Amino acid sequence: MSYLTLSISLLFVIIPLVLSKTLNLGLEKDTTIAAIRSIVQLLAVGYVLQFVFDSENMVYILLMVVLMIAAATHNAQKKGVAIKGIIWKLIVTFTFVEVLTQGILLGLGITPPTAQYIIPISGMVVGNSMVLAILFLNRFTSEIETHQDKTELILSLGGTPKQAIHSQLIASIQASTIPTIESQKTIGLVQLPGMMSGQIIAGADPVQAVLFQLLVLFLLLTTAVLTSIMLGYLSYPTLFNQRMQLLK
Amino acid sequence: MMTANPAVRFESVNFSREEMHILRHVTGIFPKGRITTVVGPSGAGKTTLFKLCNGLESPDDGEIYIHDTSIHSYNPVELRRSVGIALQKATMVSGTVEKNLALPLQLQGKTLSHERAGELLDVAGLDASFLKRDVKDLSGGQQQKLSIARTLVNQPDILLLDEITSSLDSVSRQDIENLITSINRDYGTTIAWITHNLQQALTIGDYTWVMMDGEVMETGESSLLKEPQNERVKQFVEGEID
Repeated sequence: MSYLTLSISLLFVIIPLVLSKTLNLGLEKDTTIAAIRSIVQLLAVGYVLQFVFDSENMVYILLMVVLMIAAATHNAQKKGVAIKGIIWKLIVTFTFVEVLTQGILLGLGITPPTAQYIIPISGMVVGNSMVLAILFLNRFTSEIETHQDKTELILSLGGTPKQAIHSQLIASIQASTIPTIESQKTIGLVQLPGMMSGQIIAGADPVQAVLFQLLVLFLLLTTAVLTSIMLGYLSYPTLFNQRMQLLK
Repeated sequence: MMTANPAVRFESVNFSREEMHILRHVTGIFPKGRITTVVGPSGAGKTTLFKLCNGLESPDDGEIYIHDTSIHSYNPVELRRSVGIALQKATMVSGTVEKNLALPLQLQGKTLSHERAGELLDVAGLDASFLKRDVKDLSGGQQQKLSIARTLVNQPDILLLDEITSSLDSVSRQDIENLITSINRDYGTTIAWITHNLQQALTIGDYTWVMMDGEVMETGESSLLKEPQNERVKQFVEGEID
C-alpha cells in the first residue's frame, strides 16, 4: 500500500465528517483529531518498529515492551484510583502476564525470539491485559460500593477481609473475563479476527493465519483470566486496614 | 445511680470522619448482663458507637474496654464473634434462611446442624419450616428476627442492636422485644439497644444513655427518661428535638 492509496482512503474520514456536519452531530472536531492522531501515532510506531526490526537488538525490543506496559498502566490506573498503590499493582500484573506468556512462547519454541514476533504479540498481550484491567477495576470498585453493607455484615460476624470481599471479587473477575470468553465462542462465525484478516490480506496462507490466530486466542484467554485474578488478589487487601476494617 | 460491673466501658472516646466530629469525649458503660438502651436524635453518633464496640471502626483516641480488657488487645475476629451486632438494615446474603443462619459458622469453616438451625429459629420466634425459604420472601420483621438469630449463632456475650424495630409493625415489634428480653434473661447476654422509641427504652431497658451531637448527655437507670436533669434532654424527651 502506498501513501497515495492512504490519501485516497481518507475518503473514509470525509464521509463521517460530511454526515456529522449535515446532521449537526457535532462530531467533526473529535473525528478530525482521531484521524490525525491515528495517522501520526501509527506512522511513528511503524518507523520505530522498522528500526527495531532492522536492528534486531534485544534492548530495543525490551524498551518497546516497557513502553507498552507504561502506557497500559497510565491508561488503566484512572479506573482504580480508589485502590491504594494501583500503579504498582498494574505494573506487576502486566509484567507478570507478559513474562509468563512470552516465557511459554519462547521457552517452548512456539515462536522465534525475534522482534517480528515478540513485539506484536506483546502488544496484543499487554493491550488485552489493559482492557481486562479496566473492566475489572470498573466492576470491582462499583461492587465494593454497592455491597458495602454485605462486606460489613461478614466482617461483623467475624469473617476475614478475604471472606468479606470474596463474592464481590468473584463477580468482578467473572464479569471482566466473560467478554473475552464469549467473543471466542463466536469467533470466525460473526467476525474474522483483525490479526488473521491482516495476515490474509498481506498474502499469507489462510490456514497458517488461522493456526497463528488460534495461538493468539489461547494466549488472550490466559491473559484475561490471569490479569483479573492477579489484580483482584493484589487489590483487595488494600481495602482493609490491619484491624480488618473496611477503609472508607 | 446503678453500680454495675461493666461489660463495655468507654473512656473519653473520640471519633471523626472527614474532619467531622461524630463522637466527642464519650465516657460511660454498658452494665454486664443488663439491657442498656441508647436514645437520641438522628446523627447523635449512636450507630458509630456500636460499630466501635464490634471493631468495625476504631476510635481516634480514648479507650474502649470489653470485660476490662482494652479493645485493641482483642483479635478483631474474636472480638466480633463475642460482640454481636444486628443493624437496622437486616442485610441478608442471597439464598435460603438456612444459608444465612449458617453464615457465621461457615466463616469459621464449620457447619450448622439442621437441628441447631431449627432451635435458633425457634428462639427467634420463627418456625423451623422457614429454613428452606428464600430470604427474599420474608417480611421485614421476619428478616429482623433472622438477623438476630444469625448473630446468636456465634453465642456473643454482648449483643448490640441498632434500631431493629424502627420499621416494624407493633406486633413484630412486641415479638422482638419479647425475644430480646428472653435472650437477656435466659443467657445473661449483655444487650445494648439503640431505639428512637422512648416508651420502648423505658419498658425494656434497665439502663439508658441519651446522646446528642456525638456527646453523652445523660446516663443512668432508664427512669431518668421520666425526669431528665439536662435541659436539652428534657427537650428531646418532650419531643422538641428530633
